[in-house]
Amino acid sequence: MTEMTYSEAIKAAISEEMRRDPTVFLIGEDVAIHGGAFGVTRGMHDEFGSERLINTPISEAAITGAGVGAALVGTRPIVEIMYMDFITLAMSQIVNQMAKARYMFGGKAKVPVVVRTPGGGGRGNAAQHMQSLEAWFVHVPGLKVVMPSTPYDVKGLLKTSIRSDDPIIFVENKLLYVTKGEVPDEEYLIPLGVADVKREGSDITVIATSRMVLFALKAAEKLNDEGIEVEVIDPRTLHPLDLDTILASVRKTGHTVIVHEAPERCGIGAEIATQIQEHAFDYLDAPILRVANPNVPIPFSQSLEAAAIPDDDRIIAAVKRSLGT
Amino acid sequence: MELEKDLLFDMYRRMKEIRVFENRAGELYLQGHIWGAVHLCSGQEATAVGACMALREDDYITSTHRGHGHCIAKGADLKPMMAEIFGRTTGYCYGKGGSMHIADVDGGNLGANAIVGDGIAIAVGAALGSRINGTDKVSLTFFGDGATGTGGFHEAVNLAAVLKLPVIFMCENNHYAVSTHVHYSSPVPRAADRAAAYGIPSFSVDGNDVLAVYEAVKIAVASARNDEGPQFIEGLTYRWEGHYKGDPEIYRSKAEVDQWREERDPLLLYRVVLQDKGVASTEDLDKIDEEVNMAIEEAIEFAENSPIPPLESLFDNLYVEDR
Repeated sequence: MTEMTYSEAIKAAISEEMRRDPTVFLIGEDVAIHGGAFGVTRGMHDEFGSERLINTPISEAAITGAGVGAALVGTRPIVEIMYMDFITLAMSQIVNQMAKARYMFGGKAKVPVVVRTPGGGGRGNAAQHMQSLEAWFVHVPGLKVVMPSTPYDVKGLLKTSIRSDDPIIFVENKLLYVTKGEVPDEEYLIPLGVADVKREGSDITVIATSRMVLFALKAAEKLNDEGIEVEVIDPRTLHPLDLDTILASVRKTGHTVIVHEAPERCGIGAEIATQIQEHAFDYLDAPILRVANPNVPIPFSQSLEAAAIPDDDRIIAAVKRSLGT
Repeated sequence: MELEKDLLFDMYRRMKEIRVFENRAGELYLQGHIWGAVHLCSGQEATAVGACMALREDDYITSTHRGHGHCIAKGADLKPMMAEIFGRTTGYCYGKGGSMHIADVDGGNLGANAIVGDGIAIAVGAALGSRINGTDKVSLTFFGDGATGTGGFHEAVNLAAVLKLPVIFMCENNHYAVSTHVHYSSPVPRAADRAAAYGIPSFSVDGNDVLAVYEAVKIAVASARNDEGPQFIEGLTYRWEGHYKGDPEIYRSKAEVDQWREERDPLLLYRVVLQDKGVASTEDLDKIDEEVNMAIEEAIEFAENSPIPPLESLFDNLYVEDR
């Protein structure tokens, strides 16, 4: 085992897969010598060169469309979108092309693209550089959406995603890049569609995504001191969702809080909550609650920004509201 | 350029196939046999055939919403083509794509596309994929005058130019984007003028002269395959039909349409060329016409007798892997 950052784990995953498969390549803005806006691929250029770390002009639509085309002819592109907010510029290529080519062509094509992009924030990047848009892509049939929270998860899931023959939106998190965790030295893969119980508990189920997993665990620690046992579930893949793991927990605890970055309205919490109540209604002792961004663009001023993103205190408040304590 | 007789005849045959396919598709549509809409390329046979036949069989194309002609020109079979627009399981896309999403991926046609401009970047990607795969395949992307206003077009041409990819940008300038004339929507007189902004070579040719299109694309393909980077070709042409079958076409005069039909019919013009060159007699060409007419009718019969996709197939081929 080696301790490494989330960012280093991503770099390791990409490097290993590029060594293993010559058709894997990375394309995006500033990805070559600069190593990407967040330095994730810095240092890879010596090994892989500009032929496989392809730097581009600022052209999200063309970059992503080129990924689609390259995938259709038998390569495995990793498309890097610098900030998730910029994915909006590639929407037609993702939604109309990447997601639909296989289905529209009667199964005669496949589009093995991974679109990697960091969402979220908390360092004053403000409204157009901090969005977490994963819910949009879960809503598009034909895509898969992966959203890992730890170095261990991100490496195993990215390797699987690169090897997958389906188009995947791989949502990283800007503030997770520097977080550290233990990663096995030997090769491992994590399958898509499998959630991870990050902490066991019997009083309440807290389902959290990406950086919110860290807040959920922090909240669980604090609540533990008060005798409240929180089970923290990290779905890891948003679509296909591991509903079985979630339902098993809900049947055990009867209480659920879902935490995500991104505005509450129509966030991924809405979909998960609906699925839970549809399949485990009789097990619920309280309404399912959500802790998410308020429905506003994220403001710049630091104290306002803090109010616009969930944290452990807000999770604790929701847990207590759910339990009626 | 001296071309082989077989090639010259094939060009005629494919143009005739497109002509008859489109005529019959239009009729069948109005009779209620085809669901949705059809966007016919009647009158634009020469750009499709001249371009596709200048490619190697394993080169790639991307097409547009007006893609029946490109599909036939790239070598598709008429039966699965007709079956696809009839929505049957024997269609190229199992009936799941229809007219605007018809594709023959194995044959190098990476798909018709209902989003104007999107296919251009996809073709750039195919060329990039070819480079990553270490092959010398080139890709050619068809798009219309209307697409040259899209962000997708500009980004894709720019990207191909800076990465020096083997792409041929083939603009079929038929002068109209639905109802909007290109002189309104373009600040430069020719689509080929736009190439200058990207530092790539461009040619503007008579899009209704199949040999002129062929020659221009042949040169471009050779350059692209020789690592000289992307090329831009504009074929000036005209669509005889409305944007879609049923279009009231109040944006243009019947006189204008008639003039193109009568004076610049790609098939009639080519007939004259073949006969003048002594390559073909009237009888030779009439014989091809008869064969094509029959082949299209057989394709229609095949389509009509093909199965409709069962309800159970609704979720088929959404993903390769279950998770």
